[in-house]
Amino acid sequence: MLTPLTIGTHTLSSRLIVGTGKYATYAQMGEALERSGADCVTVAVRRERLIDADGKNLLDFVDPKRYTILPNTAGCFNAEDAVRVARLGREILSGLENPGADWVKLECLADKRTLLPDPVETLQATEQLVADGFQVLVYSTDDPVIAKRLKNAGATSVMPAGSPIGSGQGVLNANNIRICLEYLKEGDPTYPVIVDAGVGAASDVAAAMELGVDGVLLNTAIAHAQDPLAMADAMRLACEAGRLSWLSGRIPKRLYATASSPEEGVITWQPN
Amino acid sequence: MKLLVNGDPHDAPDGCTIAGLLEQLEIRVKHVAVERNRELVPRALHAETTLAEGDELEVVTLVGGG
Repeated sequence: MLTPLTIGTHTLSSRLIVGTGKYATYAQMGEALERSGADCVTVAVRRERLIDADGKNLLDFVDPKRYTILPNTAGCFNAEDAVRVARLGREILSGLENPGADWVKLECLADKRTLLPDPVETLQATEQLVADGFQVLVYSTDDPVIAKRLKNAGATSVMPAGSPIGSGQGVLNANNIRICLEYLKEGDPTYPVIVDAGVGAASDVAAAMELGVDGVLLNTAIAHAQDPLAMADAMRLACEAGRLSWLSGRIPKRLYATASSPEEGVITWQPN
Repeated sequence: MKLLVNGDPHDAPDGCTIAGLLEQLEIRVKHVAVERNRELVPRALHAETTLAEGDELEVVTLVGGG
C-alpha cells in the first residue's frame, strides 16, 4: 500500500524519522522508537562523560542492527564545526558497521533563540561534506531559493523546517513548502523532501504529508508529549494517513457547498 | 604528562597512546571517536598514536538528539 522512502542509497520502510533526544529515560525512548514504526533515528555527537554513574550509553538502547542511525551536527554554528562533527559521527558509526556511517543530518544554526539555519554556512558545509563523500540531508529554512541552492550543491535531501525546532507550531507556511517541492522535484520527481522540525501534534504530520513531502522528521513532539508512547502511535498513523491522503488526490476546496444526496426526486419545497 | 581531555586536565604516563588513554579511562572503544588537536584520529590508528605533552583530546560518543 505504501511504498518505501528512498534517500540516496538508503531505503526506509517508514516515512517518519524520529529523534532520540529529550526522553525521560532511555527505556522510554526505546519503546517510543519502536511504537513510532521508524527505521531511521537521529542522534547527536557529544563529549563522552568520562565519569558516568550508571555507565549507560545510548547505543545500549538503540540497536545499530535494527535502526539506520542518522547522526546530526546539532550545536554547530559554522561550516567548519559542522564538518568536524559529521566526521566524528561517521567514525563512530563506521565502527558499529551501521549504514548511517555514510550520511549526516546537517545543521548549521544561526542563533540559539530561533535555532534557524544559517543559509550561507549551511551551503558551505554542504559543499564540503558532499566533496568528502557524505550523503547530506540538510536542515534548511522553508525558503525555496536556498532549498534549490542546497540541492544544486549536492544535498541528497533538503529538509525544510515547518517551524522552529521544538516549537510545536506545525507547518507555518504551507505555500513555501509547496514551492520547495515544486523547485526540488522539477524534472526529478523522486528527489526526497522531508519536513524537519516544528511538529507539535499528529495533525501536523498528516498536514505536512498531504502537501506531498516524502517524509517528516520530529523529536520533541513525541518525547515531551504527556504520553510519549501513545503519541508515537499517533505520529506513525498520521504519517501513513497523510501519505495515503496525498496519494489519493483530495477534492478541491470550494467556497460553496455541494450536496452529497441527490437533488433529483426530492419531495419537499426547495428554495431557488 | 599533562593532557587536556574533553576540556579537563588529565595526567597520563609518558609515551601513552590514544588506545592506552581510552583503556585508562575505562571507555568502551566501540562507542567513541577521538580528535587530537582538532584532527580526527581513526580507530585503526589509536594504538600507534603516541600522545605528547599538552595535547588536547576530544572523546565523543552518540547521545540522544533530533
